Amino acid sequence: MLRFDNLTLGYDRHPAVHHLSADIPAGSLLAVVGPNGAGKSTLLKGIAGELRPLGGQILVDPAARATLAYLPQRGDLDQAFPISVFDMVAMGLWREIGPFGKLRHSHLHRIEAALAAVGLSAFARRAVGSLSGGQLQRARFARLILQDAALILLDEPFAALDARTVEDLTATLLQWQREGRTILTVVHDFDHVRRHFPTCLLLAREAVACGPTAEVLTEPLLARARQLSEAFDEQAAVCRREDEEHS
Amino acid sequence: MIEFFVQPFIDFEFMRRALAGCLALALGATPVGVFLLLRRMSLMGDAMSHAILPGAALGYLAFGLSLGAMTVGGIVAGLVVVLAAGVVTRASVLKEDASIATFYLLSLAAGVMIVSLRGNNLDLLHVLFGSVLGLDDHSLLLIAAIASLTVPALAVLLRPLTLECFDPAFLRGVSRLSPVAHYGFLILVVFNLVAGFHALGTLMAVGIMILPAAAARIWTRSLGALLACAVGIAFASAVAGLLLSFHADVPAGPAIVLMCGLAYLVSLLLAPGGLLAGRLPVRKHLES
Repeated sequence: MLRFDNLTLGYDRHPAVHHLSADIPAGSLLAVVGPNGAGKSTLLKGIAGELRPLGGQILVDPAARATLAYLPQRGDLDQAFPISVFDMVAMGLWREIGPFGKLRHSHLHRIEAALAAVGLSAFARRAVGSLSGGQLQRARFARLILQDAALILLDEPFAALDARTVEDLTATLLQWQREGRTILTVVHDFDHVRRHFPTCLLLAREAVACGPTAEVLTEPLLARARQLSEAFDEQAAVCRREDEEHS
Repeated sequence: MIEFFVQPFIDFEFMRRALAGCLALALGATPVGVFLLLRRMSLMGDAMSHAILPGAALGYLAFGLSLGAMTVGGIVAGLVVVLAAGVVTRASVLKEDASIATFYLLSLAAGVMIVSLRGNNLDLLHVLFGSVLGLDDHSLLLIAAIASLTVPALAVLLRPLTLECFDPAFLRGVSRLSPVAHYGFLILVVFNLVAGFHALGTLMAVGIMILPAAAARIWTRSLGALLACAVGIAFASAVAGLLLSFHADVPAGPAIVLMCGLAYLVSLLLAPGGLLAGRLPVRKHLES
């Protein structure tokens, strides 16, 4: 489904993700964890195609690439725009109806079902601007449901949400996994990861560990991740690792 | 009553022409203004309107007071500034507002210099302030043609443009239409500014775009209502401005824009959520 082959991603030649190799099978529910600045968001951006690798490559199953859904950390969504929650969620159907297609009855039912799944049925006619932070995140999830993607990338979807909302949205994640979708989620709450995510990628620019959650979230590995993430050298020398590997 | 409101349009052809021109502007330029407002580009519309000046001035310098030359010149200058600003935004650390500002300032200075090289102050006044009461057949046809192009173009662009304003990152994720929506829209802005400058001049063409849009935004909550309301306010203000100009013998262009401004100020005062509503006793709240 998704493979990183000696992948380096970064900004201005400074790597944010460094020589990462991993294989993520279809149907995974993978938590991406690590300290701030560990390259978690950068990795998701790279998979979504918003950032060109500085080295190595990202191999995505072509069918999944075509329907990929990506929820950025800070959406630059303009909440002052005069649009209803219903219309916003309906945008999830873009790949099916495009710029000119008509919303058919089946589409309307799916939109209503998606709104119901995130508990926003009563808010369909309200303006997006009247939603609270948690409600807006629920609406973004409803839009994701309609995108019907095989590969879903979520960047800190649970930040600043109350427990109830986190629980509800996690249920949506688990439902997606049962449907055979592949999900990568950046999460900070280790307890939450231990409870719900079967697999885990611990990142500190380099992959510290990747595998079953219980084996990854151990104190020695977490300590190593913290240590690795501390050094960010402005005057860093050119990385020679690739040359060494080839010789 | 009828005497006051209708007779000027029955008696004088120039009033009827002005009315037709304003109707076309309200239908074409005002919806474009609504999207300028929603894209938070209100002031950039203003900047763009100055950018078309040197093109119009060059056309004037080469061919005299010729409609075709000034129109083509204005459109070319506007498109050059839009594209140059787009390239600079993508290639440098400057944001879009800064790159448009730099190019329009260059453009405006060049325009004023070109106009003053030849021609007298009256011509400069015509370019800067337009002549809504002096619209000839060609100008009127041009304004109508641009409106006729703008309405279907906006209908085609509506969905991508809405998404581009509301959630550009999402649009980029699901389709490649983001640049189409962005540049298509800016081209419409340039065309409508050129239409507006024949009637209201480069300085005030933006008035009939932004002011009705801002007034309508205060009253409405959906995009459809916003567009309809803005067009209505624009046309009503144009009629009021023309009548004011006729009866009080004041210049028509500024009168129209001032009427748009009056509609905006009244909206600001009276609309729900406006200045006055904040002073009224709070209405009983709902159960949920």
